[in-house]
Amino acid sequence: MPNRFVVALKWIVFPLCLVPLGVLVDQGFTDSLGPDPVATITHQTGFWALYFLLISLAITPIRRFHRRLAWLIRFRRMLGLFAFFYACLHITTWIWLFSNFNAHTMAHDVVKRPFITVGFFAWLILLALAATSTLWAIRKLGGKRWLWLHRAVYVAAIAGVIHYWWIVKTGVRTPWKVTVVLAILLLARLVWMVMESARKNRVTVATAA
Amino acid sequence: MLIRKPSDIPSSEITSKSDYMNRRQFMAGAAAVGASALGAARLVSPHQSVNADTSASAKLTTVPSPLSTAGITPTSFKDITTYNNFYEFGTDKSDPAKNAWRLKTRPWTIAIEGNVKEEKTFDIDALMKLHPIEERIYRHRCVEAWSMVIPWDGYSLSEFIKACKPLSTAKYVQFLSLEDIGEEPWIRESSLHWPYSEGLRMDEAMHPLTLLTFGLYGQTLPNQDGAPVRVVLPWKYGFKSAKSIVKIRFVENQPRTTWNESAPKEYGFYSNVNPNVDHPRWSQKTERVIGAPFWKASQPTLMFNGYGDQVASLYKGMDLRTNF
Repeated sequence: MPNRFVVALKWIVFPLCLVPLGVLVDQGFTDSLGPDPVATITHQTGFWALYFLLISLAITPIRRFHRRLAWLIRFRRMLGLFAFFYACLHITTWIWLFSNFNAHTMAHDVVKRPFITVGFFAWLILLALAATSTLWAIRKLGGKRWLWLHRAVYVAAIAGVIHYWWIVKTGVRTPWKVTVVLAILLLARLVWMVMESARKNRVTVATAA
Repeated sequence: MLIRKPSDIPSSEITSKSDYMNRRQFMAGAAAVGASALGAARLVSPHQSVNADTSASAKLTTVPSPLSTAGITPTSFKDITTYNNFYEFGTDKSDPAKNAWRLKTRPWTIAIEGNVKEEKTFDIDALMKLHPIEERIYRHRCVEAWSMVIPWDGYSLSEFIKACKPLSTAKYVQFLSLEDIGEEPWIRESSLHWPYSEGLRMDEAMHPLTLLTFGLYGQTLPNQDGAPVRVVLPWKYGFKSAKSIVKIRFVENQPRTTWNESAPKEYGFYSNVNPNVDHPRWSQKTERVIGAPFWKASQPTLMFNGYGDQVASLYKGMDLRTNF
C-alpha cells in the first residue's frame, strides 16, 4: 500500500480511536452515564484499554496471512499507545474517584487487593512500553533488546485479562470473550513459530542435501 | 453527606409512576412481539405477558414511623428500580428491571415451616393486612460499595414472627426466595445454589428495624425490587435482604446463606456493614452514592450503615472481624 494511503488512513483511524472517550464525555455532559457514573467510566475505560491491547496484538498474526498486508505494522504503535491512553484514564478513575488521591489508600489497595495488584502491574508494563515507543528509544536500546522488552506486552495483556476475572463477582463469566480472543492471538504466534522452525529445518535439510 | 438538597415534596410524588409503568409495559410488549416473531414461544407464554399488566403496582396506604431515618433524601424511583442485583433475573444491575416482568406475584403465599407451634401458609394479601404498613426511609448499602436511600413500605418482621408462634428451639430464621425456572430462566446461567437463601439470628429478625417489606415510594414493590414481599435489613449489606420470599423457616442451627456458600471468605453470615472489615474486591471504607455526579459520588461508609445506636448491642462481645 502506498505511503500516502497509510498516512491518510492514520488520519481516519486516530479520531476513531478517540470515539469511546468522546462517547463518555458526551454522556457526562448529557447526564446519561447511568445511576452509577463512576462504575460506567471505570468499566468503559478498562474495556477499551483491553480492546486496544487486543487489536494491537492482532496486527502481527493478520499481517502474516499475506505479504500485501505488511503495511498494517505501521498502525501497531498507535493502537498500542491508545491501549496505554485508556489504561491511564482507567487508572485515573482509581486514583481520583475511588481513592480521592489518598496515597495510603492506594498503597493499601495495591498490596491487599489482588485484582488491583495485577492491574497496576499491567499498567506499569504499558508505561514502560509507551516510554520506549519512539524511534529514538529503539536506536538507543538496539533492535534486539527493544524487541525483547516489547514482548512484555504479552504479559501485560494476560495480566489485564486476569485483572478482569478477579474483579467480577463469583458466577459472572463476562470476561470469557476477551480471554478467548487473547488465547487465539497468543496461539497464532505459537503456531507461527512451529511452522517457521519446520520451514527452516526443511531449508537446512534441502541445502545439506 | 448528602448531595441533593432535601426536598419537601412527599416521596409518593417524586416519581412519575406512569412513565415507569409505561416503560415496563412497553418492555413486556416489545419482548412479547420480538419473541413471537422469532418463534420463541417458550420464553413468553401469553399467560406471562398478560401478567406484565396485572402485576401493575398499586398504591399503599402508609403511616409514618419513628423508625424511619430522618434527614436523608431518597434516591430517585428510577435509580432504585433500574439499578439493583437480583440474580434470578440476570447478573447485570440493569437486568432485573428488564426481565422481572416475568415474575408472577399473584397468587402468592409464604409457607411457615420448622420449629413453630403449627406450620401454616399465609396468603400475601392477608399478610399485608396483618399490621399497618409504615413508611421507613432507610439507607441501603450494597457490598459492592454503592449506596442508596430508599423509602420502603412495610412493618417490622417481629409482628409477623409473633403471628408465626415460633418455639423456643427456633434460634435462627431462614428466608427462601422463589425458584422458578419458567419465570426466572437466568438462574440456570448462574453458579449460585438455588433457591436463594438468607438467614438471621432470632434476635436480629426480631429487631424492630428489620422490615417485612411490601412496597417502596408508597406503592407495591416493583417486581425487580423483590415483589411481592421481601425483608430489608438496613444495617447489613444488601444481599442479606432476601427478595420475593416464598418460605420462612424457623430453625435451630445457622441456615445456609447463598453468598456465603458461594464465597465463604468474602461473605460472612452476619454481613453487617463495617468499614473496618475489608473485602478482597471492594473497599468498604467508602461508598458511591447512586444518583450523585461522578466527581462527588464518594462518601464514607458508617459502621452498621449508621444504625449502630439501634443494633450494636446485638453484637456485644462478638469479634466482628471474624464474625463478618
